[in-house]
Amino acid sequence: MAKLSVSYISFIELQEIVDLLGNVSGYDLSGYSKSSLKRRIQRVLDLERMDVVDLKNAITNIEGFQTYLMNEVTVNVTEMFRDPRYYAALRSDVFPYLQTYPQLKFWSAGCSTGEEVYSLAILLMESGLYDRSFIYGTDINGNVLESARKAIYPLKKIKVYSENYNASGSRGSLSDYYTAMYEAAIVNTEVRKNILFSQHNLAADYIFNEFQFISCRNVLIYFDMELQNKVFNLFYNSLAEFGFLCLGSKETLLNRDIMSNFKVINKEFNIYQKIR
Amino acid sequence: MSKADDIILIGGSAGSYNLIVAIIESLPSYFLYAIVVIIHRNPKFTTRIEDTLAARLHRPIIQAGDKTIVSKNMIYFAVPGYHLLVEPDRTFSLDNSEQIQFSRPSIDVLFETAAETYGKRCTAFLLSGANKDGTDGIRMVKKMGGNTFAQSPDEALMRTMPENAIRANQEINILTDQEIISYFRNLR
Repeated sequence: MAKLSVSYISFIELQEIVDLLGNVSGYDLSGYSKSSLKRRIQRVLDLERMDVVDLKNAITNIEGFQTYLMNEVTVNVTEMFRDPRYYAALRSDVFPYLQTYPQLKFWSAGCSTGEEVYSLAILLMESGLYDRSFIYGTDINGNVLESARKAIYPLKKIKVYSENYNASGSRGSLSDYYTAMYEAAIVNTEVRKNILFSQHNLAADYIFNEFQFISCRNVLIYFDMELQNKVFNLFYNSLAEFGFLCLGSKETLLNRDIMSNFKVINKEFNIYQKIR
Repeated sequence: MSKADDIILIGGSAGSYNLIVAIIESLPSYFLYAIVVIIHRNPKFTTRIEDTLAARLHRPIIQAGDKTIVSKNMIYFAVPGYHLLVEPDRTFSLDNSEQIQFSRPSIDVLFETAAETYGKRCTAFLLSGANKDGTDGIRMVKKMGGNTFAQSPDEALMRTMPENAIRANQEINILTDQEIISYFRNLR
């Protein structure tokens, strides 16, 4: 079915795809930001040299295509210690409070290939909190979770991650936490020990535990306001009293109804604490 | 704040900063457009372009925030590190996906999504830069019926970006710096 020329998808056709996928699978894309979603679907059309009719056919008839499509549509750009000053803020503004708990549960929602989860684990190790902590990393995309579990990253990326780590104000060296071999680095077992990766769809799934800390960074930007509010509610209900919610640097709770249940801990990095 | 019916996009990269400042300084105190400026800059270094200009010009100049309304009489800047998109309901959205033309924000992404929503009421300017971002975006703005302008490569500090767009888009209008500035001075 390879096409010679590029086929463009319109917003009307996008809606048809969203409706079809919703009808024939458990994947609900109706709350995703339209322009961003359209670009992602267009990317799949380009990659597969398909037009919209081919795409509908594949969604309906090709086994495994629905999951493949979802995996391609979701964005998996992440880094260890991305926004280094955010991690510095966790250390100074959040961890002193967490010290007071005998046991700590963390949820990294939309964790992609795991870099953020391992960054958090390293930070907890350095603050002496990791032995009483457990981190759940979830994503809608099963493929990236597989990578997350392997914890192997190309050395080229590790170079950027090390720069981030150094900028986060940690006194050690990132190389204390991985073992390099050939062109890759594997995260050491002592960092990986208190972590579980599992699949969770923020748009459709429910509460699965109670947490002292939830981070969901650069995921909500892909959702429209309505779905964002729904997910904020999910987080609120999943947080223990005085638990923390950390969003991406351009994702804010301000101006949302649910903000009245939170207090701002760090405005620049959108760190909030549940107060009621 | 009410939604803008018309949008003007200004895309610049290396060598465009001074002209962008001159454009913003020349703007009348009230206009019916939403103006969106997108410059390539490194997210690892904080810049205070918006704050500096806002203080100097005594008017709000803000970063385009996720899910905020595209409003008239406003000057927006694209935040570093994210693609900036315009949604069909005339709000902005941000996107952290792969770089386009080695850039995030990418001028192409903003121009293409704004063109689809605003059609002929979308106007795009492409200024100095050392890469090829913006060429596809200009093509889309034109295709949807909008107006397109390029800074004259002879006046641009880095000619690659406007030159590449001109080569690929025969109908683009080529303007000198003075012509660009007076376009904005005469905005209603």
